Amino acid sequence: MTHRKSLSLNWRRIPERYQLLGNECATCGAVFFPPRALCSKCRRKGTLEDKKLGGLGEVFTFTAVRSPPEGFEHQIPYVLAIVKLKEGPFITGMVTDVEPQEVSIGMPVRSVFRRISEDGKHGVINYAFKFVRA
Amino acid sequence: MRKVGIIGCGLTRFGEHWGEGFRELAGEAGLAAIGDAGLTGKEIEAIYGGNMSAGRMVGQEHIGALIADQAGLNPIPATRVEAACASGGLAVREAYISVASGLYDCVIAGGIEKMTDISTEQAATTLMGAGDQEWEMFFGATFAALYAMIARRHMHEYGTTEEQLAAVAVKNHEHGSLNEKAHFQNRITMEQALNSPKISDPLKLYDCSPISDGAAALVIASEDFIKRHKKEAVWIAASAQASDTLALHSRKSFTTLAASVEAGRQAFKQAGISVKDVDVAEVHDCFTIAELLALEDLGFAKKGEAGREIAGGRFRLGDSPTINSSGGLKACGHPVGATGVKQVIEVVDQLLCRNGKRQVSGAEVGLTHNVGGSGATCVVHVLRR
Repeated sequence: MTHRKSLSLNWRRIPERYQLLGNECATCGAVFFPPRALCSKCRRKGTLEDKKLGGLGEVFTFTAVRSPPEGFEHQIPYVLAIVKLKEGPFITGMVTDVEPQEVSIGMPVRSVFRRISEDGKHGVINYAFKFVRA
Repeated sequence: MRKVGIIGCGLTRFGEHWGEGFRELAGEAGLAAIGDAGLTGKEIEAIYGGNMSAGRMVGQEHIGALIADQAGLNPIPATRVEAACASGGLAVREAYISVASGLYDCVIAGGIEKMTDISTEQAATTLMGAGDQEWEMFFGATFAALYAMIARRHMHEYGTTEEQLAAVAVKNHEHGSLNEKAHFQNRITMEQALNSPKISDPLKLYDCSPISDGAAALVIASEDFIKRHKKEAVWIAASAQASDTLALHSRKSFTTLAASVEAGRQAFKQAGISVKDVDVAEVHDCFTIAELLALEDLGFAKKGEAGREIAGGRFRLGDSPTINSSGGLKACGHPVGATGVKQVIEVVDQLLCRNGKRQVSGAEVGLTHNVGGSGATCVVHVLRR
């Protein structure tokens, strides 16, 4: 890929992607991950506070990606899932250290810190959470 | 709001156009539409052009101006409309609003995408821009992956099977085989569909719409204009649009598209009809599972039943309603910005009884359903003879 992304595009997401930093609305109790600038339920009446999530959850649905986008060619097949986190939010992420046929809906998972992708030979290496079997 | 009708249609063949570029395709569809309406072009007051990503696919932005330039229609206003794969449907809606409001009497709604000038991986990455770049795409999601996760959940909750998904592809290829503008004009068997390579489990190659080039255009006019110029028209009885969260994971349900439910509900209300009145519909089958969701969300099938219905032979040409007589996105092809406009053209041609081998006899009410991304935008139109 010749087109390279800017450093700041991913740098500004480090707290969320490295430490699972979401937020919680003090008004209605809704937990958001990724964090939102506005509570989508209370809107103006909401008050958002930082909330660090524990990274425990279960696979709600999943797939094995065999036709990859740019930057993921060397990882196929990889398991991508929507995980229901214990605190409530659903989040998209890879499930790693597991064969696609071993994954099932309801499988308990926990987050780990991993390399996600490389932006070409000379670009940034992106890191964030992935999930492994809990 | 004024009564608005469609008086001309123009469509390029969908497929891989190695010899024609973005501008040639746009020009071909636009000129065909103006010709079909029996106009010279001088009557056109504005252009609305649906396009998702010319900037990434051919390195060209400023599409509105380019289309007006190529059509020789300067200095009329020309506006690009973008809502990912719903760009075309939204261009039709913006054009409709501009005429219904009384601002213009006669405009063009077009849609175009030139997708084969980049690699499949680049196209997958570009299309994924319709999802959440920071929280889906960053983690390696593709659109096939998102719809695969919807399919897996639909199978889990309703017992939908891979055979039922394959039946959607078989039906739509059957329809596509009767459409000389379709990207794929070959029939396929259940075995071919089920044995095709896995793209993103449980979706296989034949569960996915192709990467296509193509353009489509409509001439849209007010009732006054249509009467004054003595034109034959198909009337826009409803135009509805709804939005939902950009990321699939933020939704309340992954087995229904809330934007489809809402846009459908509004459209039926505007048109004063129920789903039972629809004779022919083009729904957004970017993946086979998406056709099942559309049928359920719009009310053509009960929740969780669409797969069984299609596998049982429903919604084929000859059945009422006929779904995706053009071949749908699956077989007709999916040049994303053009798709929503092509859907309207297919229904107009059905209502005007000029659809040749795939004519649905006696069709009076038609519906189009165009989805952007994994359901963050939905545009529904109801058309009447």
